[in-house]
Amino acid sequence: ETIITLNKAKIKIWVLTGDKQETAINIAYSCNVFEDEMDGVFMIEGKDSETILQELRGKMKPESLLESDPVNIYLKKKPKRTFTMPEELPRGDYGLVINGYSLAFALEGNLELELLRTASLCKGVICCRMTPFQKAQVVELVKSMIKAAHIGVGISGQEGMQAMLNSDFAFSQFCYLQRLLLVHGRWSYNRMCKFLSYFFYKNFVFTLVHFWYAFFNGFSAQAVYDTWFITCYNLIYTSLPVLGLSLFEQDVNETWSLHFPELYIPGQHNLYFNKKEFVKCLIHGIYSSFVLFFVPMGTIYNSERSDGKDISDIQTFCLIVQTSLIWMVTVQIALKTTYWTMISHFFIWGSLGFYFCILFFLYSDGLCLMFPSIFQFLGKALSQIWLSLILSVILCVIPAFGYQFLQPLVFDRINHCKTRPPQVRVRTKLKHPSLRRSAYAFSHKQGFGALITSGKTTKTKPNKKNSFPVKKKESSDISTRIVAFQEKSISGVPSTIPLKF
Amino acid sequence: MAMNYNAKDEVDGGPPGAPGGTTKTRRPDNTAFKQQRLPAWQPFLTAGTVLPTFFIIGLIFIPIGIGIFVTSNNIREIEIDYTGIEPSSPCNKCLSPVSTPCICTINFTLEKSFEGNVFMYYGLSNFYQNHRRYVKSRDDSQLNGDRSALLNPSKECEPYRRNEDKPIAPCGAIANSMFNDTLELFLVANESDPTLTLIPLKRKGIAWWTDKNVKFRNPPGTESLKERFKDTTNPVNWLKPVYELDPEDEDNNGFINEDFIVWMRTAALPTFRKLYRLIERKNDLHPTLPAGRYYLNITYNYPVHSFDGRKRMILSTVSWMGGKNPFLGIAYITIGSISFLLGVVLLVINHKYRNSNNTADITI
Repeated sequence: ETIITLNKAKIKIWVLTGDKQETAINIAYSCNVFEDEMDGVFMIEGKDSETILQELRGKMKPESLLESDPVNIYLKKKPKRTFTMPEELPRGDYGLVINGYSLAFALEGNLELELLRTASLCKGVICCRMTPFQKAQVVELVKSMIKAAHIGVGISGQEGMQAMLNSDFAFSQFCYLQRLLLVHGRWSYNRMCKFLSYFFYKNFVFTLVHFWYAFFNGFSAQAVYDTWFITCYNLIYTSLPVLGLSLFEQDVNETWSLHFPELYIPGQHNLYFNKKEFVKCLIHGIYSSFVLFFVPMGTIYNSERSDGKDISDIQTFCLIVQTSLIWMVTVQIALKTTYWTMISHFFIWGSLGFYFCILFFLYSDGLCLMFPSIFQFLGKALSQIWLSLILSVILCVIPAFGYQFLQPLVFDRINHCKTRPPQVRVRTKLKHPSLRRSAYAFSHKQGFGALITSGKTTKTKPNKKNSFPVKKKESSDISTRIVAFQEKSISGVPSTIPLKF
Repeated sequence: MAMNYNAKDEVDGGPPGAPGGTTKTRRPDNTAFKQQRLPAWQPFLTAGTVLPTFFIIGLIFIPIGIGIFVTSNNIREIEIDYTGIEPSSPCNKCLSPVSTPCICTINFTLEKSFEGNVFMYYGLSNFYQNHRRYVKSRDDSQLNGDRSALLNPSKECEPYRRNEDKPIAPCGAIANSMFNDTLELFLVANESDPTLTLIPLKRKGIAWWTDKNVKFRNPPGTESLKERFKDTTNPVNWLKPVYELDPEDEDNNGFINEDFIVWMRTAALPTFRKLYRLIERKNDLHPTLPAGRYYLNITYNYPVHSFDGRKRMILSTVSWMGGKNPFLGIAYITIGSISFLLGVVLLVINHKYRNSNNTADITI
C-alpha cells in the first residue's frame, strides 16, 4: 500500500537489486512498482553500447535520434557547464528493466545521459543483477544529474544495523516511509517555505524604509529607527513568532495528508518558494516599506501635538515607524499562520506585548539619567501615533488579505482550467497476462563472473550474493535494496532515499 | 550522513517493528506536543469573513476620516515667509546686512480671529536637521549637567568641541546652529488709530516636559551660572554665551533655556517648524488674536539663503488631533472608500466564480 500511495504522489520508484531478472520483475509486480495497467515495460538487454543506445532511445522516444534534440546537442558540443535534465512528460506509464551487464555499458560516457533520460520517463525502473558498486554508481548518477537534495533513510531489519548507522532517518517498517514523506516531509516543506518568505518580507520592510528616508535626509544614511530597536528587532521582537510558525504550522492535518498523496506534488515542483514567490515577497516588502515610511511622514509633516509642542522630531518619527513596523509584521505573521496552537498565540501576542514593555523601559526617566548618551529618547506616546499606526497597518494588510482570498478563488481556478488533469484511465484488459509470474527459482542466464573479470566494476567488494527467492510481499527478510527518489527536490526534505531492509 | 534517530518518525500504535533484539524501546512519548497533535484553531479565509471585514473597515474609516478632516479644517493657521528673497520684500535688505542687527517688519492681515491658545512657530525649509553627522554631533552628558563632560566634551562634537583651547559648552553642530532670530508681534488697533499693541508672548512652556526637567540640566552648584560655566567658551556662531540666554529668569537660563531645548530636539524632515512662543488666551470673551492688521518685527540674525533655505513665521491654533494636517483625514477617507470598493469588487468576483462552479467551499 505504501508504494501505491507513493505512486499517487508521483514519486518514481527504482529498484536496485542483485537478484536475477525474473525475481526482480516478480517482486516489482507484487509490490506495485510495476502495474498491470502500465502501457509498456521495456527490457534493456543489449550486450554492447550501440544496441543499448538503440534500445534506450528507440523504444521511448523515436524522435530522440534526431539532431535537434537537446540532449544530442549537448552531447555534440560538450559544454563546460553541467547539464540539467529537461523536463519531459511521458505519454503514459512505462517501466524499465535493465540488468547489470547492460548497465555496465550504460553507465559510461554518453549513455549515462540516455539512461537517465529514458529512466526518468518511466514510472518504475528495475535494475537487476547489480553489483554493489553499480548500485552506488546509479545513485551517484541520479544525484549529480538531477541535483537533488538527499536524505538517506535506513530501515532496520534483520540484516543488521549497517544501513541505519549510515542514514539520516531510520525506522523499522517500510510503511513508515509513507508518513515520513507525506506527512512530515510535506509539513516540513510547507513550513520552510512560509518561514523563508516571511523572513525575507520582514527584513525587506525593515530595511527598505531607509531607502525612502534617504531622499529626505540628504542621503546621509541616518537611520529611521532607534539603535536599540535595530539591535532587538530580529533578535527579540520577531524571533519567537517565526519559531512558532516553523515548528507548529500545518496546512492540513495528518489524516488528510495520508489520504491525499497528491498534496505532495507541489513540493516536488518547487511551487511554494521559487523565484516567482521571492519576487512577490520583494514587491510586498517594497510596498509595505513605502506605506511604512510615508504614512508617518504625512502625519508629522508640519504638524504639532495637541498641546502645541513639536511632533516632527526624529524621536517621535522613529517611534511611529517602529511601532507601525512591529504591528505590521505581527499582523502579517498572524495572517500566514493557519494552525493556531496556544503556543503560537503566546509567541505572537507575547512578542508584541514584550515590545511595548521594552519600549517603556528604554524610554523611562531612570535609564536616561544613568546613561544620557545612550538612552536619548524620552517621552510618551501620542494619539496621532495610534491613528497613523492603524492606517499604515490596514493599508499594508489589505492587499495581502485580498490576495490570499482571491488566490484559491480565481488564480488557481484559472490554472486548473488551463491544464486539465489527464482522464482517469479505465482499467483495461491486462496487457501482459502471462509473461511474468514465472515460477522459476534459479537463473537461466549467466552470473556475475564475466562482468567482474571484464574490469568494468573496479571498485567491487567481494561479491556477496544476497538474494533469496520471494516469500511474501513485505517481509522483513527480503534483502533487496530499493532506491526511491523523486524528480525534483523539496527544500528541506532531500529526496534520494536508499533503503535497506 | 550522521546517525540521526528522528523521533517524529515513529508512529504509535503501528505494527510492532522488529528492531532486532530486546533493547529498550526508543519510541518517543505519545504526547500531543511531541506528536504534533496540539489542539489548534484553524481559521479559513472564507467569503463570509473577508467581505464583511472590508466593508467594516470602509464603514469605520470613512467617518473617522471625515471627523479628522473637519477638525483640521477648523484650525486656523497663517504662514508668513520672511526670508526676503524677492526684492519687494521688506526683509530683502537683511540678506546682506549693512549694519547688524538688521531689523525688518512685515505686515499681514488676519481675516478671521484666532480663538483659544495660539502658538507661534518659526519654520525652516531645506534645512537638514536629520543629517546623520549632524544628528550625532551633541553631548547629552554635558547637557545633563555632568561636570566632567562639561570640561571634556565627547568626540562626537568634533569639530565644534574646543575653541581657543577651551571646551565649548554646549558642544556640537546642533547647538552651534541654533536659531537666533527674534520675532515680535504687534496689533494695529484700527485704520484710523495707528497705535501698536504688543501681543504678549510667553517664552516658557514651549519645550517637552521630560526634556526640560530630566534630560537637560545645568551643571550643579550653588554659585552663579556664570561661575559654573567658567572654564568653557560659547559656540563659534553664538553671539552670547550660554549663561546669558535669558539672564532675567534663572529657570530659563543656561542649558535649560527652552528655546535652546526646542532647537536641540532635531527634526525628522528637511521642512520643519519649531515652537517659538505661546500666546495665551485671554480670560474674557475677546478672541486671542482678533482679526485685523498685524506687524511682525523681525531681528534678522539667522542667514539661510546661502543654502536656499526659507524662514517663515507660523501662527496656529490646535485641536485634539494637533495642528492643521489634512493628510490623515484625506488618507482615512481614501482608504475607507477603497476598502469599501474592494469589498464590492470581491463580492462580485466571488459571486461570479461561485456560480461558475457549484462546489463552493472556497478555502485556503
